[in-house]
Amino acid sequence: MELVCPAGSLPALKAAVDNGASAVYVGFKDETNARHFSGLNFKEAKVQSALSYARSKGVKLFVAVNTYSQPDGWAKWQKAVDIASDVGVDALIAADMGVLDYATQKHPDLNLHLSVQGSGTNSESLSFYKNNFNIKRAVLPRVLSLKQVAQVAKKSPVDLEVFAFGSLCIMAEGRCYLSSYLTDQSPNTCGACSPASFVRWQETDAGLESRLNDVLIDRYGEGEKAGYPTLCKGRFDIDGEISNVLEEPTSLNTIGLLPELDAIGIKAVKIEGRQRSPVYVEQVVKVWRQAIDEYQRSPDGFNVRPQWTKALAKVSEGAQTTLGAYSRSWQ
Amino acid sequence: MKVSLGPILFFWPKQKVFDFYEQMLQTSVDTIYLGETVCSKRRELSTAEWLELASHLAESGKEVVVSSLALLMAESELSTLRSICEKAPVKVEANDISAVQILSEKGLPFVCGPSTNIYNARTLKLMQKQGAVRWVMPVELSGHCLQTILQQAEEMGFADKIETEVFSYGHLPLAFSARCFTARYLDLPKDNCKFSCIDYPEGILVKSQEQQKLFNLNGVQTQSSDIYNLLAQKAEMQAMGVDMLRISPVEEDTAQIIERFNAVDQSKQNMIPLSDEFCNGYWYAKPGMDTVSEFDAI
Repeated sequence: MELVCPAGSLPALKAAVDNGASAVYVGFKDETNARHFSGLNFKEAKVQSALSYARSKGVKLFVAVNTYSQPDGWAKWQKAVDIASDVGVDALIAADMGVLDYATQKHPDLNLHLSVQGSGTNSESLSFYKNNFNIKRAVLPRVLSLKQVAQVAKKSPVDLEVFAFGSLCIMAEGRCYLSSYLTDQSPNTCGACSPASFVRWQETDAGLESRLNDVLIDRYGEGEKAGYPTLCKGRFDIDGEISNVLEEPTSLNTIGLLPELDAIGIKAVKIEGRQRSPVYVEQVVKVWRQAIDEYQRSPDGFNVRPQWTKALAKVSEGAQTTLGAYSRSWQ
Repeated sequence: MKVSLGPILFFWPKQKVFDFYEQMLQTSVDTIYLGETVCSKRRELSTAEWLELASHLAESGKEVVVSSLALLMAESELSTLRSICEKAPVKVEANDISAVQILSEKGLPFVCGPSTNIYNARTLKLMQKQGAVRWVMPVELSGHCLQTILQQAEEMGFADKIETEVFSYGHLPLAFSARCFTARYLDLPKDNCKFSCIDYPEGILVKSQEQQKLFNLNGVQTQSSDIYNLLAQKAEMQAMGVDMLRISPVEEDTAQIIERFNAVDQSKQNMIPLSDEFCNGYWYAKPGMDTVSEFDAI
């Protein structure tokens, strides 16, 4: 099973490669990828160095051009695909059908993966992407239960990759405009969700307040741990009751599902977090490498080690983890 | 320009659905989309009953289109979709690429709904070649984007082969999830949701802790709490070449809204006031929740 790891910088990429990644995925320094954050990502020359480093250790490099191209910016997306192909990356991860079509026509030998942003949640949809763009792999959105993943895997015409660890999107990826409703930027259009430039923190008599484009996302009492104001994780009011209406701040952790995912035929597990630090990458990749190796050595005797859980909890959002949609009760 | 009625996004009792459409037949609406697009567990009307209703409404001479589910996660949902594509007496609206796959394989013409993620002319052309005869722009795109896409379609030589429809009135469909937020609010497990969204015929209002209206929960769908309203942009859309304006059903006044959209005197566009409950930011490439008056926009 392939371990696909995130890198938002060269140090993070080295951390991933050195700690056991099978493949590392990166994006360019613009809105063509779904982690378009300031100070993050790779320029063309850096992608070349990233590729050389990864290759020297036998690790693959994937490039994500996985946002949706709007008409004024088409040249940017086209260029991103051309660079990825010219550099010779192992796979291009894309969502937009226009981008996939361009890649298929212009670079027929480029290995294409359907991004999670492509919302391919079922076998018919994956067949469309396979038939029209000859994708080799699809990353499944984090909305499916384990049983549903198994159903898709059974009929999927392409290899499947699933999210294993990291921030949890509560909404079907590629189908969420909450961020642009409040800020004008969304993952689909700009590669940003609840962008930092719209975030404001304020100490008030009522507590510490986090705002997104002036909208109050959360208010923290004394001693409460404050988190980044990703808007779906805010505390809102329904009929006078304040709660995490959509989702609590929490991380996905599926390490205990490794045997099931393997049995279903999942070919790759993905770690989320190109926006996270090299230390995060190092810790998470190290644990997952150990877990996959142990599982492969002794599939029947696989047990989640307490030290793995502890190490992963330390780097989790909200310091708690969940099986997310894989467990039906979460839905 | 024609006016269409989008599918009912909420879960209404069967009789209410029938009564609603009988009422719609009396309006000047040109096209009626119907069917379950949000949650496969909503079965006040079976698939067969939706298709029968489609046949019945089509007898009136209005165009009728069967809308299909947006988020398909289970085999059973794919089976229903296949059956709709096979048996629909009228065109089908694809709201997921799975529907595009099935319909294009059958060589049937279809409509690409607002969640099929058509963000550029290249994608639009691809859909047209697959059999799409109309598309609905993603709600988060601006008027400027639309204009550019349509110009490019013209340059690419396929603009006359596909119609353009714009979501022009209603709670904006903003997100789909595996999780049912209505069940979560009521502390019910999704598998035993008791179909409780039927008790919220226009969703559940979510406000910030400062009482700012934000979202509208509709089962697995999250909508804007404000009503998106592009009535004042009608002339602009007409000039761009938009063919159809979509009105999303609400409990009361849908008929009246249709008549306003159909009858509005274009010389008086700018005189239509926007209330606080309306938003139109997306059209101006601003946050969707914003309200830009015609005057501000110039």
